[in-house]
Amino acid sequence: MRTVDTAKVRKAVEELCLKANFELRKDVLRALRTALGREKSARAKGILRSLIENARLAKAKRIAICQDTGMAVVWMEIGQGVRFTGGSLRRAINDGVKAAYKKGYLRKSVVGDCIIRRNTRTNTPAIIMTEIVDGDRVKIEVSPKGFGSENKSRIKMFKPTASLREIKDFIRDVVMQAGPDACPPLVLGIGVGGTFETAAVLAKKALLRPVGKHNLNKSLAALEKELFDEINALGIGPMALGGRTTVLGVNILDYPTHIAGFPVAVNVSCHATRSASRTI
Amino acid sequence: MIPKKIHTPLADDVIRSLRAGDEILLSGVILTARDAAHRRLFDMLKRGGRIPLDLRETAIYYAGPTPARPGRPIGACGPTTSSRMDAFTPALLESGLAVMIGKGDRSPEVRRAIKKHAVVYFVATGGLGALLSTKVKSSKVILFKELGPEAVHRLEVKDFPLTVAIDSKGNDIYDKAGWKKQ
Ligand code: SF4
Repeated sequence: MRTVDTAKVRKAVEELCLKANFELRKDVLRALRTALGREKSARAKGILRSLIENARLAKAKRIAICQDTGMAVVWMEIGQGVRFTGGSLRRAINDGVKAAYKKGYLRKSVVGDCIIRRNTRTNTPAIIMTEIVDGDRVKIEVSPKGFGSENKSRIKMFKPTASLREIKDFIRDVVMQAGPDACPPLVLGIGVGGTFETAAVLAKKALLRPVGKHNLNKSLAALEKELFDEINALGIGPMALGGRTTVLGVNILDYPTHIAGFPVAVNVSCHATRSASRTI
Repeated sequence: MIPKKIHTPLADDVIRSLRAGDEILLSGVILTARDAAHRRLFDMLKRGGRIPLDLRETAIYYAGPTPARPGRPIGACGPTTSSRMDAFTPALLESGLAVMIGKGDRSPEVRRAIKKHAVVYFVATGGLGALLSTKVKSSKVILFKELGPEAVHRLEVKDFPLTVAIDSKGNDIYDKAGWKKQ
């Protein structure tokens, strides 16, 4: 057994929240630069240029990339050989989020419930996703998720005999419905298989994979590339004002499923797709 | 296109001269209001009351900024999704509001109301929070303080970059954007 003090987790979560909100991911920045080279219209180019400049300013001045600093989703891969000491793991994670959102002057966007909607003023509770894995390490990944794009996400339970065409049309429609509201160019996280909620979790997790890296399964990698080309051919473009860049990346994750089903979840994310990770 | 420079409050003839697709740099005073503030303003109007803002003189910016670091006027301050305000917008236009700033398209009702009142709707680039913060010279909460990030902030801006999305004639930039609006 390797012991890990939850104080270490608290500190890591705090630092990762700050990093994710101030420093745009390298892969996303690279994808924006590639897109700039591909665009022809002056308006699309102007928007992409301003997004790249925005990322530079955010990092240099420690201002949030986007004012929607999101609900903090904290992913933990916990090696089964780890024993936590130092008190509640859940509290450590929430304390880390709370400290980061205070010290980093990040926006507190969490309300305590859906009806009364009183702001908790700490941006907690976080969404905590744990997974038990082999080994004795703890991998922590924080992905703050804004709701302009989150609100456009969809899930659909297809028949097991559904064609790839039907699946692609569904995903394309999600992007069309999102239109300008989700701040295109988008990153799409797609979860396929499992049960209802597995597909949704996989869709969100897919957003953590660097844009430009493909699924190891060849047929899924091919589907990612086809979706990328087909969606960019729609001409929606940056901020939906026309152009060749509607998606920066399409990331699929899958899981075995039931003979009777074919769940497909699409987690829509914006050009401010943020995350940061550390292993302790 | 060289962006046109304009200053709030916008005179009627300035509003009427703007065309969907024009790029502009806005200076002057704008007020932030998003979901919760809209709900409250709308309820006040519905109860037949007056609202404590001079809608005619101002521009409403759908935004909820991050807090300011010491020594800075404001944190990141990009636009939020305008369509969430659609249900409340016609009533505010009826009460004199003439300038709105946000991101994304609007409902058919709002488009009709914009044309009817000959007002203007601008979009700012979503997710441009850090860059837009450098265009804000001062910020002060003036209403609904208890709403935190959703409170009404009075912002003084200089050369805030915007695009005319729906003009006073009802022309809509998203109609020409090369994809079909659903
Ligand atoms: S969708 Fe993304 S970029 Fe747009 S406002 Fe929300 S978090 Fe920011």
